[in-house]
Amino acid sequence: MQQVISLILENKPGALMRVTGLLSQRGYNIESLTVARTLDPELSRMTIVVDVDSLQRAQVIKQMNKLINVLQANDLSEVPAVVRELVLLRIRTTQESRTAVLKEAEIFGGRVVDSSSEGFAIEVTGAPEKLGEFVDVMSAYGEVDVTRSGALAIALDSKKLRLQPPVPTVGQPHAQPAQK
Amino acid sequence: MSTLMSGARMLAECLAREGVDCMFGYPGGVTLPFYDVLYDHQIRHILVRHEENAAFAAEGYARATGKVGVCCATSGPGATNLTTGLVDAMMDSIPIVAITGQVTSKLIGSDAFQEADTFGITRPCTKHNYLVKRLEDLPQAIHEAFYVASTGRPGPVLVDITKDVLQAQGHYVPVTSIHLPGYKVFTEGHTGQIRRAAQLIQESERPLVYAGGGIIAADASEELREFVRLTDTPVVNTLMGLGSMPTEHPNFISMPGMHGSYAANMAMTGADLLIALGVRFDDRVTGRLAAFAPHAKIIHVDIDPAEVGKNRNPDVPIVGDVKRVLSKLNKILVETPAEAPPGNNETRAAARRGWWHQIREWKAAHPYDTSTSESEIKPQHLMAEIDRLSGGQAIVTSDVGQHQMWAAQLIRFNEPRLWINSGGLGSMGFGLPSAIGAQMARPEKLVFSISGDGGFQMAIPELATVANQGLPIKIIVMNNGYLGMVRQWQTLFYNDRLSSVELSCFPDAEKLAGAYGFKGRTISKPWELAAALKEAVDEPGPYLLNVKVTPFECVYPMVPAGSAINEMVLGPPQPVAVPAD
Repeated sequence: MQQVISLILENKPGALMRVTGLLSQRGYNIESLTVARTLDPELSRMTIVVDVDSLQRAQVIKQMNKLINVLQANDLSEVPAVVRELVLLRIRTTQESRTAVLKEAEIFGGRVVDSSSEGFAIEVTGAPEKLGEFVDVMSAYGEVDVTRSGALAIALDSKKLRLQPPVPTVGQPHAQPAQK
Repeated sequence: MSTLMSGARMLAECLAREGVDCMFGYPGGVTLPFYDVLYDHQIRHILVRHEENAAFAAEGYARATGKVGVCCATSGPGATNLTTGLVDAMMDSIPIVAITGQVTSKLIGSDAFQEADTFGITRPCTKHNYLVKRLEDLPQAIHEAFYVASTGRPGPVLVDITKDVLQAQGHYVPVTSIHLPGYKVFTEGHTGQIRRAAQLIQESERPLVYAGGGIIAADASEELREFVRLTDTPVVNTLMGLGSMPTEHPNFISMPGMHGSYAANMAMTGADLLIALGVRFDDRVTGRLAAFAPHAKIIHVDIDPAEVGKNRNPDVPIVGDVKRVLSKLNKILVETPAEAPPGNNETRAAARRGWWHQIREWKAAHPYDTSTSESEIKPQHLMAEIDRLSGGQAIVTSDVGQHQMWAAQLIRFNEPRLWINSGGLGSMGFGLPSAIGAQMARPEKLVFSISGDGGFQMAIPELATVANQGLPIKIIVMNNGYLGMVRQWQTLFYNDRLSSVELSCFPDAEKLAGAYGFKGRTISKPWELAAALKEAVDEPGPYLLNVKVTPFECVYPMVPAGSAINEMVLGPPQPVAVPAD
């Protein structure tokens, strides 16, 4: 089944690689992955949708939490959350079906972002399943080209970010460079 | 306090501050600045003959002491050669820090000479890794590396440092604190769960401790022995846990798993409560998971939350340092009288006596094979003789395969950190370099490096390191002329079609050792064995003893892949009559 994971990770070189590497290393299939900075520019939020056996879901979260750059990993499949995706769709359509295409786009809450004699570019946001239907409907009217953003999700209840405190280093610094 | 110095010197200062007294490595172009510092530094650098062995030696050092082992390699091939050792340390949770040189930061990404994406390559091989491209980040990265490697579930950490950082001059400001906001170390263990565990233990009729490498990593042997004293529970030790309970302890059964003992596997299968301590329910232990310990409730203590519930869902999960959890548990057991749990205590006491009786019967029914032959040296005979000389006190290192299993079965380990082998990854060529690390760390100890003739030939270059350092390692080759474990599987499961497993060429041990300036000998007769081993042990320097053993011996018991662990094959298959023509 599909598991929606929300991660907060340190914006450090290699952090993204650690997350994607972990997923492929443990055999979890990535359905989609989005990442961008948070309000704190040193942190990023990542939404990952993975296709994983339901028994493995807790394990995925635990493995994510073990990554040192990951500050928080939440399974949003288990808590109240909103999942949204953006699709950009370009359609070539005949003069006759232009009106119908616009009507259909309106039903899905779409917005025309470009219009030409050959067709439209339309943006729609919504639940990922809904966007699938939108693309299917549009395909009936002509040749389409589609880019999807991948799911973005946010939990409806806030979960406090629990950070580990600093620890002192061991050993005494040498007053003088140590030599034989 | 701040002193002007080069990045290379800062690196050495940070290592010294972490208590590094010796490290294992191989220099190269981009690490030149660091080696220039090492030229007259207090840290002793052991020059190995291949970078993989630097990592293995660092592991041997760490496994023998519990301290962080350190290895060093140059960029490109040096770093890629380290990877097997890094994964080996990852699989067995061994704390090592690897320092690698990287090409100058401006050249990164240009396919420069000896450039490799060490940071990317080693991401899945390490617990964490760093690429340091700015001098000001260097001290922090080094101290973080030691902290991450040695805390929580230990593991390897790599720090890749560009040459310009090593060359740059800067003010060294000693780091006073480490801040890793996302690095969670669980130590205490949930008190409520520990209480529940105590209750289950007191209520159980057929309890069994299943203890592994976590006991050794946590230095919890004493707490384990105390727990056993309080509860009189029988104990099995995994391959990684051998020595955490003295082999000679009356409550110690032996090792479970694919080549574990009959008694240990039957006890796992028959137990009504498994007290799993610092173990990961590895497939080589559990056999077919669905049939593993079918009657048992599980208490699982591990410091890594991801291990708890990974393979088997425990009834009582406890995430914490097994040393602290055990001492809390022991305290509860002392404070709570044994009569406290509900139920009929007499029935339970009788059941416990019956359980011990059953275990003793299993032990007596099928002990490990220790048979000897009058004409040939059987591998079991070799291990028994090494055991006699060790008396449960020597450090024994091994590779992977038949010799490893016989050593694990037949050599006693009465202390932790004596048995050093490549458990999870199963790396050939591990025994000799890890023995170098172990002997460097514990010069007073008798160290046996046991390898097969296959694995030994992967490690031959390190004979030079042994000779160079004058390490009195007793290098024992259990030479059956084959890649024995692969041959065993071909014999048992591939109709005896022996494909690419015969090692028909092996160097003359006396000449080989002689070429490096120490003593060596080959023996093949059982009456030579005891004296030859004694000679090796008495030799003040290194000794290479090539022991030709029966070629076609198989390791038993054996749990065939995919079987339940109580479905053991206890001995060789009976010969099948071949119809004439």
